Amino acid sequence: MTTATKKIHVTTTVNGESVEFLCEPRNSLLEVLRDTLGLTGCKEGCNNGNCGACTVIVNKRPVNSCLVFGVEAEGAEIETVEGIADARELHPIQSCFLEGAALQCGICTPGFLVSAKALLEKKPGASEETIRFDLSGNLCRCTGYDKIVRAIQEADKQLSAATVDSTNND
Amino acid sequence: MATIFIPAQLRTLTAGIEQLEMDVHNVRDVLDQLEQQFPGIRDRLCQQDQISPSLQVSIDSVITSRGMIAKIQPNSEVHFIPAIAGG
Amino acid sequence: MATTPYRVIGTRPVRHDGADKVTGKAVYTADFKLPGLQAGFVLRSPHPHAKIVSIDTSAAEATAGVSAVVTGADFPNVQNKIAHLGEGSVNLAHLSANCMAKDKVLYRGHAVAAVSATNAHIAEEAAAKIVIEYEVLPSVTDIIEAMADDAPLLHDDLFTDDLGQKADTASNVAVHMHFEKGEVAAGFEQADVVVEAEFKTATVHQGYIEPHAIVADYNEDGRVRLWTSTQGSFTCRQQTAEILQIGVGDVLVTPCEIGGGFGGKIAVYLEPTAAILSKKSGRPVSIQMTRTDVFEATGPTPASFMRVKVGANNDGTLIAGEAWIAYDAGAFPSGVIGPGCMCVFSCYDIEHAVVDGYDVCVNKPHTKAYRAPGATQVAFAMEQLMDELAEQLDICPLEIRMKNAVKEGSRRVDGPVYPQIGFVECLEALRDSDHWNSPLEGENRGRGIAGGFWFGCGLKSSAACSVNSDGTINLLEGSTDIGGSRASLAMQLAETLGVESSDINPMVADTDSVGYTDVTGGSRVTFATGLAAYEAGRDLQSQMKIRAAELWECETSDVSIADDGTFSGNGKTAGFKDLATQLFSSGEALVGRATVAPECPTNGFAAHIVDVEVDPDTGKVTILRYTAIQDAGKAIHPSYVEGQMQGGAVQGIGWALNEEYFFNDDDQMTNGSFLDYRMPTMLDVPMIDTIIVETGNADHPYGVRGVGEPPIIPPPPAIGNAIYNATQTRMRELPMSPPKVWHAMQSSD
Repeated sequence: MTTATKKIHVTTTVNGESVEFLCEPRNSLLEVLRDTLGLTGCKEGCNNGNCGACTVIVNKRPVNSCLVFGVEAEGAEIETVEGIADARELHPIQSCFLEGAALQCGICTPGFLVSAKALLEKKPGASEETIRFDLSGNLCRCTGYDKIVRAIQEADKQLSAATVDSTNND
Repeated sequence: MATIFIPAQLRTLTAGIEQLEMDVHNVRDVLDQLEQQFPGIRDRLCQQDQISPSLQVSIDSVITSRGMIAKIQPNSEVHFIPAIAGG
Repeated sequence: MATTPYRVIGTRPVRHDGADKVTGKAVYTADFKLPGLQAGFVLRSPHPHAKIVSIDTSAAEATAGVSAVVTGADFPNVQNKIAHLGEGSVNLAHLSANCMAKDKVLYRGHAVAAVSATNAHIAEEAAAKIVIEYEVLPSVTDIIEAMADDAPLLHDDLFTDDLGQKADTASNVAVHMHFEKGEVAAGFEQADVVVEAEFKTATVHQGYIEPHAIVADYNEDGRVRLWTSTQGSFTCRQQTAEILQIGVGDVLVTPCEIGGGFGGKIAVYLEPTAAILSKKSGRPVSIQMTRTDVFEATGPTPASFMRVKVGANNDGTLIAGEAWIAYDAGAFPSGVIGPGCMCVFSCYDIEHAVVDGYDVCVNKPHTKAYRAPGATQVAFAMEQLMDELAEQLDICPLEIRMKNAVKEGSRRVDGPVYPQIGFVECLEALRDSDHWNSPLEGENRGRGIAGGFWFGCGLKSSAACSVNSDGTINLLEGSTDIGGSRASLAMQLAETLGVESSDINPMVADTDSVGYTDVTGGSRVTFATGLAAYEAGRDLQSQMKIRAAELWECETSDVSIADDGTFSGNGKTAGFKDLATQLFSSGEALVGRATVAPECPTNGFAAHIVDVEVDPDTGKVTILRYTAIQDAGKAIHPSYVEGQMQGGAVQGIGWALNEEYFFNDDDQMTNGSFLDYRMPTMLDVPMIDTIIVETGNADHPYGVRGVGEPPIIPPPPAIGNAIYNATQTRMRELPMSPPKVWHAMQSSD
């Protein structure tokens, strides 16, 4: 059986801030974020990449952080649910989830917010089919998904309107 | 007089009687009178001095939480049914 | 009750815990940390049935970083005592043995030892060094096989209970139930048409995304503090105290936010183990189940074997019903067969009916409630037989249901009579719905409907409120919040006092801070804890009346409170908030309290419509359109009522189309992960339309009926009926997964 090996020093960026930590080679990014960095927003639902509750962004890509090693964070840019709001102001994806009652127990919500925000940034105006396909890796057991999809569609509208506004104001 | 319904599994003890009228004030009275008429029936419905934990008492379609001291009105219907709650 | 329209009830305010939940701040059990926290790992049996001959933990204990090891020997001996848990009853010896096996393992995944260490990896590695000698025994997982006289016996001290009378030979059949009304044989003779069939359903799991988790701190003062994911802090407290053989006052349960329950987080699994590890190590201990452990070692809901027979007249009136139902209990006697028997005919008026039910132990995890426990399985049988009768009689499936629907005064097979209920209203809403009136076109497409009933219980709840000097009110309540219920409780209190929902600060309190409150389950929270919030509000109002009289220099009896909460007296008027700002300078604080035990079930009915398309080449069933209709009595927060309906419907769709436990020849589960235990993703379902019917409820000040459980009942039979409508193939087994549908279509050709 392995004994704990020497920890590795990792330098990375999390939610725009430079961060350093030590971790064992076997630690997942999920473990590091939650247990070492205290960012408990991402959740462990299955630990083998099948539920999406641990979704974070690594270098602009949504990933299941349970399937990424902590050491892979070296030099990367990581975004978690804790970085979505702008100080105390909620991002439209967050406020639309709340207004639209798109959460019940809330355990899948951080993963969905991260995935949905990334989707809307990459594919504004996404159809319902695209939303459902691209987010099929995020499981929810409480809501039946209906209000989640509607909240994402509403956030999409608000973000496009904001883009139009800021374009007009240029 | 209240109507007491005999659970189907106990009708062998009551010679097939499915329901009977009783002048009772509470659940304890019911069990006392049932036991008088059909000896042995109390042990089927009770554990020590309480209704069996696997049963609940329905009085006029309401599930009482008061056990033996639950009051019974003159025209009530009383049933002993499985204890359930939900998930 | 208010005669003016509601101000708060029926609106859709943002939930009070919303900001925390969308920013990652909400604390779920696995997020909770204490100084010196140890991580625990539970070692589990690889065998489905075996005696534990010996356990040697020495190598584990000697591992660097390990702080404690426990086995069944560390658990106090608990009598075969039945404890009332509010939510049904439990045999404490079984509960304890299920948390940690003593001399026998009864299912693959049964806990046999646990280790606490500096981190979870060390704990897991140390656990692998524990040496256990097993004497493997023959095992059984099939219900019918387990009922045979020569079946491997799980418990040599289990004798079939026949309503208080025990058989004299040991058996795997824990309970036999029998219900009867009318003259069934005569009834069937009278019937013009009789349909009869056998049905089977597979084991399914509630599938909450958050695995069970616990943080336990066995404090130096002898009190055990637990932070846990639970549907009931008080039942968790009682179960843990009973297993540890300490007083309930020595256990403090703080409910963390909970990531789903659906009936699976009422029994304890990790709490006693974590507490004993904490006692032995002198440190707080955190344990989280792996997803595989959740599948293999918590409480999935029973698989079933059912034979149901129904007879009707030519005009569609049901005359007689007969049901033989066997549910698997898993490793220990379970209680789910009870409601199964009570629900099989519960939607329809049948004069003559007989039901026999069997609770059968098998080498699988101990079965528990999954939303409406036991009702979905029997609905799969009965609601399809209704369609089969309709077809034989050439009557519309909706019409046959409307003709026989239970109403006020209808009597259930187990005896009680229904008060005012809303099944007819649900069917009428179905008849008038856009979905029902939209034609369905296309090949291999079909439409199906089904009804469902769940009791909706009352049980006990307490609430306390205090008034702040800015007029806001703190509401302490004990119902752990799985679905947003703290918002609907705040809304009911706000409505009562005539303030805004945002003026209330609801908090789910721990077991030291609020009065006894039964579980968040049984569709009871909005109803019963809502009633407590209402009563606490009334208590505050009567105290405020006294203060208003003092401030306005009149008699208390001269102060009146209008329906909208406005106080008037001696020519003056003020709202609750205005008066509240004057409290501090005029006397003692206002503290309200209530404790309730409403006894009336809320009798929730549902009816669903589904359109499907069946792929004849693969057997895959696609849900094209879905409408869930349900009687909510009164929807306090319509978004969360809709959410219950939609969530339950999609769980039912998963149960119908894909979810099941696969076992290999060694009776081990082979698909214990979300990859192969296939729950619906958002790609698998369309929007779920909802129609909320509001028939009111005389037993609640705002007319609430419980809504959480009924929506899981109709989907499997509605989909079964739709598949038949599309393909003329009748499915009698769940799940109706592609291989099963495909094979069934081949055989019926």
